[in-house]
Amino acid sequence: MTTMIRNAFMSLLLFTILTGVIYPLTVTVVAQALFPHQANGSIFMKDGRPIGSTLLGRQFDDPKYFWGRLSATRPYPYNGGASSGSNRGPNHPDLVKSVQARIDALRASDQANTRPIPVDLVTASASGLDPHISPAAAEYQAARVARNRGMDEAKVRAVIAAYTGQRQFGILGEPVVNVLQLNLAMDELK
Amino acid sequence: MTANNILQIVLYFGVLLLLAKPLGLYMARVYESRPFVLDRVLGPVERIFYRLCGICPEEEMGWKKYTFAVLLFNAAGMLAVYLLQRLQGVLPLNPQRLPGVSPDSAFNTAVSFATNTNWQGYGGETTMSYLTQMVALGVQNFVSAATGMTVLTALVRGFKRHSADTIGNFWFDLTRSTLYILMPLSLILSLLLVSQGVVQTFSEYKNVSLTRTSSYDTTKLDDRGGPINDASGNAVTEKTGIKEQVIPLGPAASQIAIKQLGANGGGFFNVNSAHPFENPTPLSNFLEVLAVLLIPAALCITFGKMVDDQRQGRALLSAMVIVLVALMTLCVWSEQQGNPRFTAMGVDQTASDSQPGGNMEGKDARFGIANSAIWATATTAAANGSVNSMHDSFTPLGGLYPMWLMQLGEVIFGGVGSGLYGMLIFAIIAVFVAGLMVGRTPEYLGKKIEMFEMKMSVLVALIVNALVKAGTAIAVSTKAGVAGIANPGPHGFSEILYAFSSASNNNGSSFAGLSANTVFYNTALGIAMFIGRYWVIIPVLAIAGSLAKKKRVPAGLGTLPTHTPLFIGFLIGVILIVGALSFAPGLALGPVAEHLMTRP
Repeated sequence: MTTMIRNAFMSLLLFTILTGVIYPLTVTVVAQALFPHQANGSIFMKDGRPIGSTLLGRQFDDPKYFWGRLSATRPYPYNGGASSGSNRGPNHPDLVKSVQARIDALRASDQANTRPIPVDLVTASASGLDPHISPAAAEYQAARVARNRGMDEAKVRAVIAAYTGQRQFGILGEPVVNVLQLNLAMDELK
Repeated sequence: MTANNILQIVLYFGVLLLLAKPLGLYMARVYESRPFVLDRVLGPVERIFYRLCGICPEEEMGWKKYTFAVLLFNAAGMLAVYLLQRLQGVLPLNPQRLPGVSPDSAFNTAVSFATNTNWQGYGGETTMSYLTQMVALGVQNFVSAATGMTVLTALVRGFKRHSADTIGNFWFDLTRSTLYILMPLSLILSLLLVSQGVVQTFSEYKNVSLTRTSSYDTTKLDDRGGPINDASGNAVTEKTGIKEQVIPLGPAASQIAIKQLGANGGGFFNVNSAHPFENPTPLSNFLEVLAVLLIPAALCITFGKMVDDQRQGRALLSAMVIVLVALMTLCVWSEQQGNPRFTAMGVDQTASDSQPGGNMEGKDARFGIANSAIWATATTAAANGSVNSMHDSFTPLGGLYPMWLMQLGEVIFGGVGSGLYGMLIFAIIAVFVAGLMVGRTPEYLGKKIEMFEMKMSVLVALIVNALVKAGTAIAVSTKAGVAGIANPGPHGFSEILYAFSSASNNNGSSFAGLSANTVFYNTALGIAMFIGRYWVIIPVLAIAGSLAKKKRVPAGLGTLPTHTPLFIGFLIGVILIVGALSFAPGLALGPVAEHLMTRP
């Protein structure tokens, strides 16, 4: 009995050192050596200043920028400190309300555009930090962004095309556009 | 269904089955102490480990001693996780200066991680210090998975041995599972994940100041902290500027690798593998969801190898694959249909080359429909519970399949070790039912299945089943239970049924809208997880002990072969019938009712 108790507590202690300390430290050291950029949050710089992470989305509501997914994080959208989805079921009254509010905002900012709206543009992402939208959702906003910037629409579409990522290896995932990078590229154009 | 949806499912199973065989044969070597490469490198570590712990690895244990060791080790783990959470406020490696966790939440999490459930009532980035994540939760990720593997190994030895009193040594099985299987695989996977963008650092969160500030509405508060209302009674709001972006960091990759491989599922961040730092790219997603089923699939091969009849392992694996392919396909299809309400509002939900379409609420764009639904069904088939999309926002039928996969008893792949020992219990039940039909004493793998084995097997099948229903019944009939519901109507019932299905079957996935970080849910779900794990392990080990004692009966003319397509079909039938009969009424009240309500 006492042997068993010693076995149990000693092995737990050693497993803690092995899997709780040595393992994560080894991974950290190797990861920092091999992939320092990724291991530290894929942060990109401009003029020596960190601008943001290519992997984390950010709120855009100005009509001259492309808008991203809805974000359900609290207390404000795209709060990197508290990832969250809306967790609203398909029949939740608030889901319909938030979708309608997004539709209204999109229509109000671009009254000439009466096409159906791509679904990812009116729904909240799982993480609340989704950095991407579908190419269709970017296309949908092209005319609005062009007008608000006094630019040629074809030029805007060319930037979208340049920033559209295809499926990985042609199979995995979905084609997407990184909203933050796309918007930064738009600002660069001026 | 788009062509790409189908292609991604085919690719997933293709790679999974390709990897299952070599890994399965390797694991058989590990448990049977036949030599292999890693053995030479890590052998000294293993021997020092035994010496320091006072373990004699050659000592054989009877089933009662083995069970006692399992329970004692798990109790020690639970205690450690509880204390580390309560004390994290005064312990080091806490750059966010998070306070100690409340007693009920700490209890729930301790049970949750020790039982390999990894139900998370808390949000990772706002609750747990780096130290707690690593030495409390991270350690349990390894040893709770290893515990499942030990119980399976013991049961397999029960089938393999005859006229024997012992079923192996728990410490030997535990140490080798961790050292030779879980750690090396996790090391490889975590580095692959970092290459894709999963964070791995000990520095604290970064704040990036924004050049362009945006703002959001907040409710204006009076001096006493209450909301100020205007003349018509609506809350007054004011604009608050967002000047900074928070970049959350931490030693995430090392933990994510084992939470995927070990059927754990407890995320580093609140939204689990939906978080861009936990699962940044479609490739990281593929690797993570592959890891979910990898060991459970490979263990079927290990089992076949260890009982000297690889056809037996392949038969069980085939049954698992067939059920999962069917339910996965149905789930992808349901989600691709989208939300009928949105179409009327002028939303385009049709899949095309430039958008995934379908029900995108609660799904990230890089994953779209296929990757979200593949993950949802794989993670609930295996007792993993990690998510890359919010199951609560799935269409009613899209949410039904993951829930049902848990209710089937976590035997379609299931947890690491626990899935296969659950499946072997179902195989025993299946040969018994078949035996009844022709009036012969049933046997499985050369062992007669008698009264004792049947009693224990039925106990295993019934305990978990009863737990789900009793828990759900209590929750829906108490104020504290109903208070947690986030979605009105039948969906609210689904949230509760899902929670108890998940906890009792040690899955850990959730309809996350349910506010479960309350004293009621922390306690109720904690109890469900505890009973669902240990009151299954005990009868399973009892069966192992009883089988080991039996003599082997040579297969005769009347023996039902258990590797044929006929038996595979029969086994699937038994599993589905038990699952359907048990849960049809519950599912009718939840997802089915909701589905019928939403049809246009």
